[in-house]
Amino acid sequence: MLLLEQLLNGLQYSALLFLLASGLTLIFGIMGVINLAHGAFYMVGAFCAAYTAMASGSFWLGGLAALAGSALYGLVIETAIIRRLYNRDHLDQVLATLAVVFFTNELITLLFGRSPPAMPTPEWYGAFVEVLPGLMYPVSRLLFIGAGLLVAVGMWLLINHTRLGMLIRAGADDHEMVGALGVNIGRLYTLVFVFGCALCGLAGFMAAPLLSVEIGMGEKVLITTFVVIVVGGVGSVRGALVGALLIGMVDSLGRAYVPPLLDQLLPAETSGALSAGLLSASAYIVMALVLLVRPRGLLPARA
Amino acid sequence: MKKTLNLAMLGAVLASSLNALAQEPVRIGFITTLSTPAGYLGEDARDAFRLAIEQEGGKLGGVPVELLVEDDGLQPAKGKQIVDRMTLDGISLYTGVMFSNVLAAVVNAATQGDRFYISANAGPSNLAGEQCKANYFAASYQNDVPHEMAGVAANDLGYQKMVILAPNYQAGRDALAGFKRTFKGEVSEIYTKLNQLDFSVELARVRALNPDAVFQFHPGGAGINFAKQYGSSGLAKSIPMVVPVFSMDERMLAATGNVAEGVNVVSGWNPQSDKPANQAFIQAFTAKYNRAPTMYAAQGYDTARLIGSALKATSGNLEDADAFRSALRAADFDSVRGDFRFGSNQHAVIDWHLLKVQAGADGKLAEVPVKTIATAQVDSYAAKCAL
Repeated sequence: MLLLEQLLNGLQYSALLFLLASGLTLIFGIMGVINLAHGAFYMVGAFCAAYTAMASGSFWLGGLAALAGSALYGLVIETAIIRRLYNRDHLDQVLATLAVVFFTNELITLLFGRSPPAMPTPEWYGAFVEVLPGLMYPVSRLLFIGAGLLVAVGMWLLINHTRLGMLIRAGADDHEMVGALGVNIGRLYTLVFVFGCALCGLAGFMAAPLLSVEIGMGEKVLITTFVVIVVGGVGSVRGALVGALLIGMVDSLGRAYVPPLLDQLLPAETSGALSAGLLSASAYIVMALVLLVRPRGLLPARA
Repeated sequence: MKKTLNLAMLGAVLASSLNALAQEPVRIGFITTLSTPAGYLGEDARDAFRLAIEQEGGKLGGVPVELLVEDDGLQPAKGKQIVDRMTLDGISLYTGVMFSNVLAAVVNAATQGDRFYISANAGPSNLAGEQCKANYFAASYQNDVPHEMAGVAANDLGYQKMVILAPNYQAGRDALAGFKRTFKGEVSEIYTKLNQLDFSVELARVRALNPDAVFQFHPGGAGINFAKQYGSSGLAKSIPMVVPVFSMDERMLAATGNVAEGVNVVSGWNPQSDKPANQAFIQAFTAKYNRAPTMYAAQGYDTARLIGSALKATSGNLEDADAFRSALRAADFDSVRGDFRFGSNQHAVIDWHLLKVQAGADGKLAEVPVKTIATAQVDSYAAKCAL
């Protein structure tokens, strides 16, 4: 029963990673932009959710504000900055998007101050559901898993069964050819970027009641998100899903079972240090192993 | 550039004319953490320090002072750069560092020769024992004491079996060691990752171990994450939590919301103490900054007024280091934390309180005093200090 609960916990962490990674991988894969500012949109979403929910008293309105706020901020940043980076090399992109990170952090500090806000939640949010006989699981975390699932299905439909999805796939394969065929590639890029930012907003909204809504919250999760897309294969949403599941599960199950196991095998002093080292490196160990076997990631966008 | 030039010129004027010294303001180097998510710690300490200066019209202890604030960004290397630059500028009085790792990089330069460092927060154990320094004072606390006091509080509350959690780095391991030093019952330790976001896995382990209570040390954002998830996991209803104040200060409480109700908090500052100095401080701070002070603010304010008392006794003359040191040791000021004196290792000896998060008079959650855990608590390293 504990194993099942830990699996659900892993699934929930995977859902957070997937929401962030799916947008990032599209932006990276299609536009070729290394977007270090991706976490900033997640932070903007969380702040919009918390302050709107506090002001209006409505949890769902907070969610709407998170999506709208992140998308709008994404539109502004894409128009003002990212658009100019498509044909630059990666160093320029890293520098410019890093500047966006600093700028956004200061902007939020100026607007909201340094105190992290509390996201008010409705009564049902704190309730528990009996997912299996004897296993009670909080609604808050089920909601998170549900959102991840919904986005995964939605993305699959969007990419495989719509005209827009076709253009996205084509753009990932050969964006020059797509442009030559008369598709407004600039508008497609803007659309994809804003869509990725809206997904960040959704992640921020889901995370706001469970995590601290604070300056710099995006940077904390950004590195793991990059690991996810590298493991999954850059530019591939399916890869992002598999990568998020792999990294989320390894991290959660590792934290659950590695320390007790090592405690039994080794003396207390060595086991503590060893399990701490293993756990902080777990995502990178997975990445290294995957890249050894499949240098382009598990499910690369381009075969 | 112009400012540095001005400072350099000011330094030259100071050096050339001893007579002018009495009128020139005493400059205080305030190196603290203002950026990063932990920036609110430094912000509160700085604002409280400024409040004390403002209340005296730009003076401390009747001596004009100038506060030079710099952000260390929670990076030891940056803290070191700042203190080196400030010593070149001729500053000989320092305070403000929030974190032990930054302090370790700053403290040597800040206490060399006739320079003084007075800590408003961090109190690492190595500076409290054998390596204590004549020109280093901790007006805050020694790092181990809050955790030792949490152990005493857990004994008092009758808990026999506890799960204790902290991130796996120096301060986290020290916290658990400090707790175990005084707690008499049985403990299971769980180490978390530094900067961990999601604690569901650890919480499931806590539920499986089913302890009487939980002790955890997660300052700042990680502590808010932990407390929010502890509440939403339903554990808060069945298993009480005992934490040092770093894991639940006023700002964290505001960010955590209702699920923090019932948490036992161990603090060296009782925010509801009816001591006039404390009430006046809280009123003035809230009126000026429109937010409730944290214990970081209380310590910053105490540090400012301690410096004020020593400046008063020496008429602002820092040249005579021995006289200034004796004046600091006397600690002749009205602390907002109650009775205050320095131990033999020049670390604060104060009372420790058990607070509980519950609805206050205005219906909002507050940290309400339950009892005093220890009076005039001396830290466990003082005996090893040869001062």
